[in-house]
Amino acid sequence: MVENRPFLTFLTHLFLICGFVVVALPVYVAIIASTHDAQTLMSSAVPLLPGSHFLENYTQIFTNVSAANGLPSYPLMAANSLIMAVVITVGKIVISILSAFAIVYFRFPFRLLAFWIIFITLMLPVEVRIMPTYKIVADLGMLNSWAGLVIPLVASATATFLFRQFFMTVPEEMMEAARVDGAGPMKFFRDILLPLSRTNIAALCVILFIYGWVQYLWPMLVTTDPSYYTLMMGMKRMVAVQDGEIRWNLVMAASVLAMLPPIVIVIFMQRLFIRGLTETEK
Amino acid sequence: MFKKLSMAAFAVALSATSSLAATEVTWWHAMGGELGKKLEEVAQKFNESQSDYKVVPVYKGSYPETLTAAIAAFRANQQPAIVQVFEVGTGTMMAAKGAVYPVYKLMADQGESFDPKSFLAPVTGYYSDTEGNILSLPFNSSTPIMYYNKDVFKKAGLDPEVAPKTWKEVEEFSKKIVSSGAAKCGFTSAWITWIQTENLSALHDKPFGTLENGFGGFDTKFEFNGPLQVKHWANLKKWQDEGLFKYGGPVGGDQAATMFYSQECAITMNSSAGRAGVINNAKDFTPGFAPLPYYEDEISEPKNSIIGGATLWVLNGKDDATYKGVSKFFAYLSKPEVQADWHQATGYLPITNAAYELGRSQGYYEKNPGSDVSIKQIMRGTPTPNSKGVRFGNFAQVRTVVDEEFQALLAGKKDAKQALDSAVKRGDELLREFQAAN
Amino acid sequence: MDTKRTTFQNRWLPYVLLAPQLAITLIFFIWPAGQAVKSSFEREDPFGFSTVFVGFTHYARLMQDPAYLDSFIRTAVFAVAVTVVSMALGLLFAVAVDRLMWSARLYTTLLVWPYAVAPVVAGVLWFFLFNSTTGIIPYYLSFFGVRWDHTLNGMHAMILIIIAAAWKQISYNFLFFLAGLQSVPNTLMEAAAIDGSGPVKRFFDISLPLLSPTTFFLFIVNVNYTMFDTFSIIDATTEGGPAQSTNILVYKVYQDGYLGLNLGSSSAQSVLLMLIVIVLTVVQFRFVERRVQY
Repeated sequence: MVENRPFLTFLTHLFLICGFVVVALPVYVAIIASTHDAQTLMSSAVPLLPGSHFLENYTQIFTNVSAANGLPSYPLMAANSLIMAVVITVGKIVISILSAFAIVYFRFPFRLLAFWIIFITLMLPVEVRIMPTYKIVADLGMLNSWAGLVIPLVASATATFLFRQFFMTVPEEMMEAARVDGAGPMKFFRDILLPLSRTNIAALCVILFIYGWVQYLWPMLVTTDPSYYTLMMGMKRMVAVQDGEIRWNLVMAASVLAMLPPIVIVIFMQRLFIRGLTETEK
Repeated sequence: MFKKLSMAAFAVALSATSSLAATEVTWWHAMGGELGKKLEEVAQKFNESQSDYKVVPVYKGSYPETLTAAIAAFRANQQPAIVQVFEVGTGTMMAAKGAVYPVYKLMADQGESFDPKSFLAPVTGYYSDTEGNILSLPFNSSTPIMYYNKDVFKKAGLDPEVAPKTWKEVEEFSKKIVSSGAAKCGFTSAWITWIQTENLSALHDKPFGTLENGFGGFDTKFEFNGPLQVKHWANLKKWQDEGLFKYGGPVGGDQAATMFYSQECAITMNSSAGRAGVINNAKDFTPGFAPLPYYEDEISEPKNSIIGGATLWVLNGKDDATYKGVSKFFAYLSKPEVQADWHQATGYLPITNAAYELGRSQGYYEKNPGSDVSIKQIMRGTPTPNSKGVRFGNFAQVRTVVDEEFQALLAGKKDAKQALDSAVKRGDELLREFQAAN
Repeated sequence: MDTKRTTFQNRWLPYVLLAPQLAITLIFFIWPAGQAVKSSFEREDPFGFSTVFVGFTHYARLMQDPAYLDSFIRTAVFAVAVTVVSMALGLLFAVAVDRLMWSARLYTTLLVWPYAVAPVVAGVLWFFLFNSTTGIIPYYLSFFGVRWDHTLNGMHAMILIIIAAAWKQISYNFLFFLAGLQSVPNTLMEAAAIDGSGPVKRFFDISLPLLSPTTFFLFIVNVNYTMFDTFSIIDATTEGGPAQSTNILVYKVYQDGYLGLNLGSSSAQSVLLMLIVIVLTVVQFRFVERRVQY
């Protein structure tokens, strides 16, 4: 922001507040719903104000999660979800940034082919791949293992593509200056490219953490050992009832709880990609 | 290295959970929430009752997710011993002769006594072959019944203890309810496919498809576009236009439940397994329970309703010790006390006569009025080939087609005959595809 | 597709850098994808006991099915609507937040929150909001004379899934647009301001062009999202109904493959879907990327 225009600032705030209200409405509804009892939710218009069952619902979540249900403890599930999310985030970023670097900054045979092979992974629906992928994981003996849980999820093209876009915008002079200084490619990568990529890495951290955090289908398929249960799986299991009533208030409470860690990540990452009061010179 | 570590960790975990080399019997199921809790209890009690076998239940998601997981596992040689499959998947399981170890054969091979006659005929009939051999063990079966709002009935000037018996009465009662303002709509229904088409046909002893509703083979054809079904669908459309009936949504019709609980509709038709939920969620009114209505001009004594729910299938490819464990577990499951306990806790039907008798002698049905409506409805009359159940391949997709045609009917795009004819035609295509693939 | 004008000269380093991603991609994507393509030419029972080569039967049948051809149009409408709505709103929010300094963090956290809602849950939330009996939105709409019923009205159903699908993506787009805007150097903006351009002019002259790599990225990712990742939202809200009015291509794949266990047909549909998106992407790269300023 360069000059001070109070009216525009006011408009901006107004717009953002309205936008937020609209966008956050479902989340608000979820929070409200988690404070009522199940009957209220089923029998009348979903209320807009909180109810009185906040403590009751949330303690039920924690007590419901017990060995009696065949579920591991809440801390264990949370730890699993955390491990998955962190490993996937770190793994994806590392692999993708290296690949993007290779594709943009080097000329070598099959460069274009490599890019498209990686890119094509975006274009096949998961339901169709899931059975053959499961078979490969099973054949490699990776069922019920962290490797089987994480590795197939780690090579997506989104991050690679994002980094590619970003690297393309980095001025040529940077690289030429580095060569003049006698720096090799990895030094250039480490000292110049990486710091410049900070904002993108931060954004990706948020996105990928959430992606890893909400995984449900793949862990469900690939593990039978309950010690691998993630929060999402536990939540769905507690709540999904085929023929009977679904306790919506508990669903909502569990969802709200599951939403918290990603929020923490978002806040944490803010530091990195919201430009501070100081400059970031290119 | 990662792989070795994790394999080692897994082996350690596995040995820690198995005690004294008890043979493990894995059981993949789709029961979450309270039902899952009860299921774990059942398995645990079996494990505690003996030390040779350990049943290990594993929750694998919803019914379709569990079935897909089992299939994927089978193809990768990682299959469980027992898998819970919903009734819609029966056709698929039956066709998979190489994958399935029929229950009657398992019990005979293992020398466990297994008398088909001790089971409730309509329940096991669904899962037997044409010779009456039981292929999978019924575990959680339900049948649709009618729930109604006693308070609204009273407000409309109707006797709250008298539920409509025939569709004519449903229409009359609904008219009274709506015109008196006691509720905004007369009735709604979940599961248009299962309740208003399949069960409709069964109750009135009309065929749903050829070859004994598909039991006789894969070259079956659909026949549910007969005069009765056309009449009923046309009525539903008429009643919707008159404001007496409200559509509950496709598949399971989730909107029907909310409309009933919010007292917008006075009557709903849904699975008997939802009884506990109805009692819980009917905050401000007293629910009543009754059998499904029928057309008295089509049949004077309606037949039994057909079941839904899921059963336990045994998969091939495990070792003999595992199968011995399975047979012991199934024998345990069929015991009257175990059945009665499961049925009473969950609301699913008991599968043996003995379990039903036990419940009767315990006075359970008196203490819980309406809990035997489903059993009585399923046991009335003698099952005919039209009321034994349905067995068709690709049935999940067939139901989707039926739902779509019904939606087209309600939207006024087709009339009842066109909708049902179209459903039959599209359904037959799906049947031919299934036949070709198997 | 270009590289930089100047590149590094190493011969083997790029291969080493690419190796991890390529290895995982080949083993866990390309190989299963190949299996899927193979099974699109076969008729197979779910358990894999009998596999019969049937050539193009599945494809032929799809092409002759009017319902399938209709779903092309539906998918196109859906994809365009969701992409436009979520990108436009994402950009607007990003621009707005970019102008602020102190409250930026707060708004960012708040606006990213929808993305943190698990898909498993998001569908349920929309069910609650739009439920014709208990939902608050139909309640308020009734004041405008609109009787909302997405179980019977195809248009309502389509609007519902567009909103539900776009909602999550707004956060995603917002995040990346913001990251892109934040890396525009202050000096550029200051120089322009000194030259007398107002904020709007600055946006169009500086921010937008510098954002174009991000915009291109988001454009491709959004189209991809609508074409592939939206089936769970549809499953939780309209299930492809009523009367197929929200049955888009990827949902059909899910229905036939996952629910119907018809592997051959759903593989064929996936292959077709994949081809469409590949063509779209190639077109985007060839024609749209020209206008991207790196």
